[in-house]
Amino acid sequence: MLGLNRLPGISAEAEALPDGVHIRLQIAPGARFENPIHLCFGVVPAEGVQRILTDFDIGAGAEVEFMAHCTFPNATKVQHIMEGQIHVGPGATMRYKETHYHGESGGVEVLPKAQVTVDEDGKYFTEFNLSRGRVGRMVFDYGVDVAARGLAELTAKALGYGDDEIIVRETIRLNGEYARGLAKSRIAVRDHAHSDVYGTTEGHAPFARGHVDCIEIVRGRAIATAVPIVKVTDDRAMVTHEAAIGAVGKKELETLMARGLDEETAVDVIVRGMLGE
Amino acid sequence: MKNHEIMLEVKDLQLARDKRAILRGLNLTVQRGSVHVVLGLNGSGKSTLAYTLMGCGGYTPDAGAITLDGVDLTKMSITERAQQGLTLAWQEPARFEGLTVARYLSLGMKAPDMTRVRQALEAVALNPATYLSRYVDESLSGGERKRIELAAVYAMQPKLAILDEPDSGIDALSLDDIAALIHRMAEEGTTVLLISHRDEVVAMADAASLICEGRIVDSGDPAWVCDRYTHCCEPCDRRELVEEEVAYVTNPRRVTVPGCPRPRTTSRQSCAPTKNPAATRSFSSPAKSPA
Repeated sequence: MLGLNRLPGISAEAEALPDGVHIRLQIAPGARFENPIHLCFGVVPAEGVQRILTDFDIGAGAEVEFMAHCTFPNATKVQHIMEGQIHVGPGATMRYKETHYHGESGGVEVLPKAQVTVDEDGKYFTEFNLSRGRVGRMVFDYGVDVAARGLAELTAKALGYGDDEIIVRETIRLNGEYARGLAKSRIAVRDHAHSDVYGTTEGHAPFARGHVDCIEIVRGRAIATAVPIVKVTDDRAMVTHEAAIGAVGKKELETLMARGLDEETAVDVIVRGMLGE
Repeated sequence: MKNHEIMLEVKDLQLARDKRAILRGLNLTVQRGSVHVVLGLNGSGKSTLAYTLMGCGGYTPDAGAITLDGVDLTKMSITERAQQGLTLAWQEPARFEGLTVARYLSLGMKAPDMTRVRQALEAVALNPATYLSRYVDESLSGGERKRIELAAVYAMQPKLAILDEPDSGIDALSLDDIAALIHRMAEEGTTVLLISHRDEVVAMADAASLICEGRIVDSGDPAWVCDRYTHCCEPCDRRELVEEEVAYVTNPRRVTVPGCPRPRTTSRQSCAPTKNPAATRSFSSPAKSPA
């Protein structure tokens, strides 16, 4: 760990591990921050293992936004392991946006895994984006439990090419009354890349509302699968899903070509837009 | 008409889809700098004509030729046609997740210019401050999306813009706004081919054509064409067309025109529009004077 800035309202401890760091971070109840908290992870050497263990505890009523950047520019054989325990307290809001920047070798294995608990009236938003450079292999595995009137939105975006492999598992369990959840994924694959998306939303309480939203764009000889799973154990809950896999929409493509873009550029514009770039 | 005044020339355009003849030897000329309206009922082939002109997938003509400024576009891709100066504003425009209005409007411009982008939005009565950063996605209403489509075409400054039903749908531009936009486009040298089923649009036209069952059955003075449309035109009985379609699909080059619509009457006088609403309103049965 190279540096740590402290701010009022944040309590942070970092423990060095043989292959990484264990971060314990607490946000004081009611705390607010003018700017996002920036987390920066990276492996500069071509080979190595980086293990990041995180325990985030967002105090009641606090509002905090994290911006994480992960950089592996030279990786030929790098494993980036992230295991998180996140607790969003009652009425608190946490936003977490993680963006990866990879090199072109495809030699990175990205394994983000988190278990999130959202208390009553809490809100949790996360967006994971890996669309710069080769993915390599990625297994995104997030699970969220949402209490009454809580909200969770999980978004995963990735662009795979070469022989990249993308696996996304997003699970939201709506355990409290009026809990809401959205599991969203936007994946584009081409060449021989492969993507599997499992979006699960479960409604276990009255008036819980959830939705699974998956779009995958496939080009070349790439393969994409989507498995939206919805489960309801309370007859007053409702969970919906939609999944679309296929080439770039003909109309979208032709519209941009009618503006003078060649097909390749038009596809790129559409895919980059979908990935939020 | 001198040849150099013709910007778009369509000759004997024929197209069948799903074994059904849509365009049946369509001929059309559009003069440079003009606003040319193609009027027609639903199902007459208007949008098919637009897609075929633009070169959209599935709309490759079986026969015929399309030239723009003397350049044969018939075998060109959409991109190549656009690079020749042709573009299309779709009747139901596509949506783009994550693409901002500002970027969308810039895409068709040779040299992206935010001043021009703002002007384009203002030209379709949208406030740039509100819309530049919005996404061209489902968060926009159908009408907003249509306005942005028109703005994108305006920003592009094409030689020829095909506007497919620009006024249809809720919250779309009013005809007055469309007229103002077209006026601005014309001032900047864009020729407009406006496709519509609404006869009011001829008020903004320099020339008009009437399309019926995949053919242009009349072209010329907008008021006259409009009169023909409003007083003589009604949907044909599809059953009458079956034999003709079979013949067309079998051999599109040799089909004759036995069914509805009847071939264009040779003299205007013989199919003079009538203002009598009780008169028969059919191409196949020109209005007759009461006995």
